[in-house]
Amino acid sequence: MVAELEFEKPLVELRRKIQELKEFMKTADVDLSAEIEKLEARLAKLENEIYANLTPWDRVQIARHPQRPTTLDYIERLFTNFLECHGDRCFGDDEAIVGGIAKYDGLPVTVIGHQRGKDTKENLRRNFGMPHPEGYRKALRLMKQAEKFSRPIICFIDTKGAYPGKAAEERGQSEAIARNLFEMAGLTVPVVCIVIGEGGSGGALALGVGNHIHMLENSTYSVISPEGAAAILWKDASLAQRAAETMKITAHDLKALGVIDEIIPEVKGGAHRDVDEQAKRIDCVLRRSLKQLLALDGEELVRQRYEKFKQMGQVSFLPETIRAR
Amino acid sequence: MWKDLFAKKKKYAPLPSEQARHEVPEGVMTKCPQCKKIMYTKELIKNLRVCLSCGYHHPMPARERIASLLDDGSFCEYDADMISVNPLGFPGYIEKLEEDRRKSGLNEAVVTGEGALDGHPLVIAVMDSSFRMGSMGSVVGEKIARAVERAREQQRPFLIFTASGGARMQEGVLSLMQMAKTSAALKRFSNDGGLFISVMTHPTTGGVSASFASLGDYNFAEPGALIGFAGRRVIEQTVREELPDDFQTAEFLLKHGQLDAVIHRHELKETLAVVLDIHQKGGEEGWWRN
Ligand SMILES: [Zn+2]
Repeated sequence: MVAELEFEKPLVELRRKIQELKEFMKTADVDLSAEIEKLEARLAKLENEIYANLTPWDRVQIARHPQRPTTLDYIERLFTNFLECHGDRCFGDDEAIVGGIAKYDGLPVTVIGHQRGKDTKENLRRNFGMPHPEGYRKALRLMKQAEKFSRPIICFIDTKGAYPGKAAEERGQSEAIARNLFEMAGLTVPVVCIVIGEGGSGGALALGVGNHIHMLENSTYSVISPEGAAAILWKDASLAQRAAETMKITAHDLKALGVIDEIIPEVKGGAHRDVDEQAKRIDCVLRRSLKQLLALDGEELVRQRYEKFKQMGQVSFLPETIRAR
Repeated sequence: MWKDLFAKKKKYAPLPSEQARHEVPEGVMTKCPQCKKIMYTKELIKNLRVCLSCGYHHPMPARERIASLLDDGSFCEYDADMISVNPLGFPGYIEKLEEDRRKSGLNEAVVTGEGALDGHPLVIAVMDSSFRMGSMGSVVGEKIARAVERAREQQRPFLIFTASGGARMQEGVLSLMQMAKTSAALKRFSNDGGLFISVMTHPTTGGVSASFASLGDYNFAEPGALIGFAGRRVIEQTVREELPDDFQTAEFLLKHGQLDAVIHRHELKETLAVVLDIHQKGGEEGWWRN
């Protein structure tokens, strides 16, 4: 049973009504099929309306859906022979990030991604997908290994952000994130990043310096969570909905801002409604990406990545007349 | 958007900092936030804004920092006219930028350029927390990336003084991407053998600490500087654990292996000169040469 979201309530209502009529028809001797047909047509229309007009906040809810497919759900469907590799060789193994080697339709690759839990117990183990420094360092270790063996790297991004904790600061959270940005910029193998859920701040970007960056249609990518933004900007975390709109965090926004390459369409109602189909849609974009990037040599890949990030941002210059020197 | 900017700017044409400083004289007296003693601002500035009584390092304006370190007349500024736009159409952002331009006499939160320190040519970037709390938006990222590129082209060392509250919220994800942009520029610089010295000053937090600030070949900090990724309050709310008093200070970072050294502002220039000297291209003649 899929948990319904707030904005889906009207659909739930209508579905329940249809179900009731159907049940009633079975027990009582009346023909309600015309009525049911009418309601079903209305349901289809309403579904289309609702899903075609999702607000940024609706998308945040979908991106956070407890049943939204995770990195491991996609790894299972997109790759074969996945061997998870643990540990940063320094401090420990951070289960908020998973990574390893696998084959993608025969091609050896390295796959890395943030990993949320499916239930409370797993979430505690995985720290709700919020990494500590050892997580980023494990990811970097696997990326350097991929580079050594000339394997493309695929990163799945799905985190609320870096974990705000004492231990994380003690072990150099800032340096660990910075080091990943720095080293990823120099990788001589293709790097494809796909935001599959929430892409939150530096914790997301630490797996995000790719040659291509794609986003699932209902995923988000932002410098801070809507709640965090609201708390900082308006001193009121309950204004998160407004922040979600102001901050421009949806896939369409990021495409318009020139940050991402492609929007991967989602199954109607969100990826959690059909994981197999969603995996196929990712497969299609990923294959095209890798095909393009595998045609470039190491130097070209580094240059392409450098230029990609160099053009991000918008600036202007004071006109001559105003410089007033 | 540009038209909008232009029209409003006429009223408050940003002035070069020197001029602005003459027009708005600082308070004659300054109170030290640490020891609460009140002292002549003039005396404080003369002492490089280190408290005469307790040694507290007051924030230092970018141009003062440059003047305190670089050889007289050697500084040449880059991209002084680069200014922010409002890429997200964020309400009130343009007005806030104009206000800070007026108040600080700066066009943005970082000043970049080239000069010489004790005779060593270098490229320098100095952040200034009086402009939007030193937050990093597109302009800060772009100016720093360009400065690094110039250092690479000219084969000069790159020296940065960080002071930042983190990402510029009003530029959303574009401010996040500046972390990647600056780090990528530093990677390229490093691959070419470039020397990068990072000096973290109070405060260096969020996206700036998690990008270029932490990527120095040498990471230094000023005494007592607040340095960290997540804010203390956020951590306290999340983990509900007691945080030590010195949490996220330069000394705390040193203890946890995150810094090469904590350096008093009075010894900074001398230390930097030593580091630059040791990395001099070609090196000196001597017995070690055949
Ligand atoms: Zn004092």
